[in-house]
Amino acid sequence: MIEIKDLHKSYKMGSNSLHVLKGLNFSIAEGELVAIMGSSGSGKSTLLNILGMLDEADSGTYDLDGVPIKNLNETKAAKYRNRFLGFIFQSFNLINYKSAMENVALPLYYQKVPRKEREEKALKYLAQVGLKEWAGHLPNELSGGQKQRVAIARALAAEPKVLMADEPTGALDSKTSYEVMDLIQKINDEGNTILVVTHEEDIAHMCKRIVHLKDGVIVEDKKVEQVRAAQYVK
Amino acid sequence: MFNRDRWKEILEVLTSNWFRTVLTAFGVFWGIFILILLLSAGKGLENGIMQDFGDISTNTMFMWSRSTTKSYKGLPKGRSFLFKVEDVQSIRDNVPELKFISPRNQLGDFNGANNVVRGIKTGAYNVYGDYPEISKQDPMTMTSGRFLNYNDIKEKRKIAIIGEGVRAGLYDKDEEVLGSFIKIQGVNFMVVGTYKKKSNDGDGEEGQKQIFVPFTTFSQAFNRGNDVGWMAITANDGTSITSLKDKIMGVVKESHKVHPDDQRAVGHFDLYEQFQRVQSLFGALRFIAYFVGILVLLSGIIGVSNIMLIVVKERTKEIGIRRALGEDPWSIKLQILMESIFLTIISGMAGITLGALFIYGVNTLLDISGPVDMFVNPSVSLGVVVGALIILIFSGLLAGFIPAQSAIKVRPIDALRTE
Ligand SMILES: Nc1ncnc2c1ncn2[C@@H]1O[C@H](COP(=O)(O)OP(=O)(O)O)[C@@H](O)[C@H]1O
Ligand SMILES: [Mg+2]
Repeated sequence: MIEIKDLHKSYKMGSNSLHVLKGLNFSIAEGELVAIMGSSGSGKSTLLNILGMLDEADSGTYDLDGVPIKNLNETKAAKYRNRFLGFIFQSFNLINYKSAMENVALPLYYQKVPRKEREEKALKYLAQVGLKEWAGHLPNELSGGQKQRVAIARALAAEPKVLMADEPTGALDSKTSYEVMDLIQKINDEGNTILVVTHEEDIAHMCKRIVHLKDGVIVEDKKVEQVRAAQYVK
Repeated sequence: MFNRDRWKEILEVLTSNWFRTVLTAFGVFWGIFILILLLSAGKGLENGIMQDFGDISTNTMFMWSRSTTKSYKGLPKGRSFLFKVEDVQSIRDNVPELKFISPRNQLGDFNGANNVVRGIKTGAYNVYGDYPEISKQDPMTMTSGRFLNYNDIKEKRKIAIIGEGVRAGLYDKDEEVLGSFIKIQGVNFMVVGTYKKKSNDGDGEEGQKQIFVPFTTFSQAFNRGNDVGWMAITANDGTSITSLKDKIMGVVKESHKVHPDDQRAVGHFDLYEQFQRVQSLFGALRFIAYFVGILVLLSGIIGVSNIMLIVVKERTKEIGIRRALGEDPWSIKLQILMESIFLTIISGMAGITLGALFIYGVNTLLDISGPVDMFVNPSVSLGVVVGALIILIFSGLLAGFIPAQSAIKVRPIDALRTE
């Protein structure tokens, strides 16, 4: 599903440049649940942004579902993001003057799906994350965990090939974190490919594979026995 | 572009901070309001002054003789002379671009003594000896009977056409006017027509208190011989009388042995020149109205642009989210532009509407309080309103352009950075 080869990225800051990604290689198959682990500043978000087509690598190749991702203009990148990817952010990034349902329907709106169909789908995914009754509420009427579940529903709405989550539990307490991870695991159980960026060991071990990043290189890439989050959720 | 969600979003954004939206809108509102008011005030003044010109043919000059100020061909200066009937023909021969040349003689003047008698009633009126063409140079509406014709001239008929003001002064309300006789300085004339005309002297009273009789009859009855008091001369359309007047005066100077450089021997009043002067004054007024109005409007537009920039700044993160979710940058640009145009048009329409109401109010007040000198029916034409709308759409585009540009300049990752 995802294949990167010799990916490099550095940030220019004035005269000196910061080499953040120093030649990464890996591939992710369909249906995997991969954690990208590493301490703060190790380049996890940078990697995820490149995979998410929000940023571009300096060199190396990136193929998504067989499509080479290269030299995209903004219009095309937006279109690819919309069709192929679903994002989940640490700070939820819901649009605060739109209701939960409208937020979930947003990616479908950009696909020009008709209003009625859009709303039906949005309700379906809200139901899947257990928030059907909250469809008409604004984000500031929801708790942190609920917000993240709305964000997950939104990421699912466009039925993307890959879900990308950057520290999805970073802003949540541990109980809510496990609830969110439980949801992510269930979505993965249905065959969705998911990437989770985290610096927390316990969250990483709830995935099926851990790619360990340190100082811009992959120091470890291993399959793990998945810890089910459900056991911590009462 | 015109789908429901787009409009819903525009309304959501604009209503999320009512106070700010209204303040922003006020700038544009005020600009258009001022523009409309200035234009309509200018129009009111124009209408007022144009009414003072009446229906008079504006491509006309009046010419009369005075006394010479230069000696010439053995004749001394200070000599007075009068135009003659023959001058009309020689002007006609020498200046072919003229439409009408009306020689005129006149009895009485504004505060003159009573010169017209009918039975026991008397009055002081201006009496003119005229040719039929005068009715085309100084148009009037016949309210009964007819005006002068060439048979009257040829046969020196003793007939008169009187103004409605004369009729009111000399006749009872229901009295038959046509066929009755009036005595002008002892000479009887039969009334064959009555007229009314638009004023060319402010209140319009004086214009109705005139009596027209055939030129030839006048000359004979009041012993004017071949003399001509003054002339009203109109040029063909497309040629201004101003460009012909030196030539015309040259002709009469020549035939009366007046020095060609004697500027004061022939008096004249060039209506066309005056009219042009007034016209260019209105042009200047309109220019000032547009200039001031558009400057005020411009500051309103800058206000909108500024606020839109702030709105875009505030919404940087939202725009980043939307772009991460796959919204086309063009769609975002369009959104900002439409918000800006919408805001501009709505506030502009409010300005136009209130301006129109204000003008309507002023007109009603003018109607109630009676006419005001030199100010009639202030108004703006539909053309101006349509023009203002086009200016508004353009302004909205202009105001939204920079903010829209800045909205898509931010990269989504920068917008979404958590810190
Ligand atoms: N836009 C940027 N400009 C300059 N330096 C950046 C930028 N984004 C990230 N960095 C730097 O790159 C390094 C990796 O950042 P990041 O990928 O966000 O790490 P992580 O997500 O693992 O904490 C950090 O040192 C960070 O300061
Ligand atoms: Mg990070």
